[in-house]
Amino acid sequence: MTLAISTQLDLKGLSCPLPIVKTAKAMRGLVSGDLVEVLATDPGSVKDFAAWARATGNELLESSQFGNVFRFVIRKR
Amino acid sequence: MLETIERPAEAIPSAPPKTAHEKLVVVAWSDDLDKIWPTLILATTAAASGMQTTIFFTFWGLFSIVKNDVRITGENWMQRMLAVANRGGTGHLRLSKMNFLGAGPMMMRKLAKDHKVASPQELLDIARDLGVKLVPCQMTMDLMGLKREDLVEGVGEPAGAMSAIEDMKDAVTLFI
Repeated sequence: MTLAISTQLDLKGLSCPLPIVKTAKAMRGLVSGDLVEVLATDPGSVKDFAAWARATGNELLESSQFGNVFRFVIRKR
Repeated sequence: MLETIERPAEAIPSAPPKTAHEKLVVVAWSDDLDKIWPTLILATTAAASGMQTTIFFTFWGLFSIVKNDVRITGENWMQRMLAVANRGGTGHLRLSKMNFLGAGPMMMRKLAKDHKVASPQELLDIARDLGVKLVPCQMTMDLMGLKREDLVEGVGEPAGAMSAIEDMKDAVTLFI
């Protein structure tokens, strides 16, 4: 099964709390099941996205790192 | 023989708590840049995680939500002096240490900009957009001579301590 990412958010360079806050804002307009890809460079975002997913019930499908860029794939609850 | 019976203080029965930690209340007491910043960072993050979030602005904290272009507030000379010495608005906040007559905050804002840390004004805008309730304290408004029209757009109805306490009953509460 291929995952179709419907929204991509380039949040590279932004500091806490903007990666989380901007992701949450962007997800308001989506429907359940939509996939969002987030790129960020804030090292704190690794723990923060995991915590945010637990708090909101959105599913963190991927949390990976390429060089200094972190990639998160989230499925909207 | 008379016996004194020690009776434990009786607590006022309270309503059963709702699901714990679904709410965040921050009491913003200070208008220091280095306190308003974490207040807004935590409030926007809480709102982004689905928590019902309220910031209760009291005492000096109220000056942080005065409009940036409102210079003098107050109705009598004491309240006006207060505004002269303590200009309100997110653009005029001071650091609680290393203020250096405004050089400190200037450097801090420059550092924040370079590191793409959102400014208090940006965070305040995001907070409103995410539905964070901004509640000014009625008593302090009267005391300091601040009117609704002196405060930024989107600020809710002024309220008293009881409203704040009611909000705190089933919330995580921070006093910053």
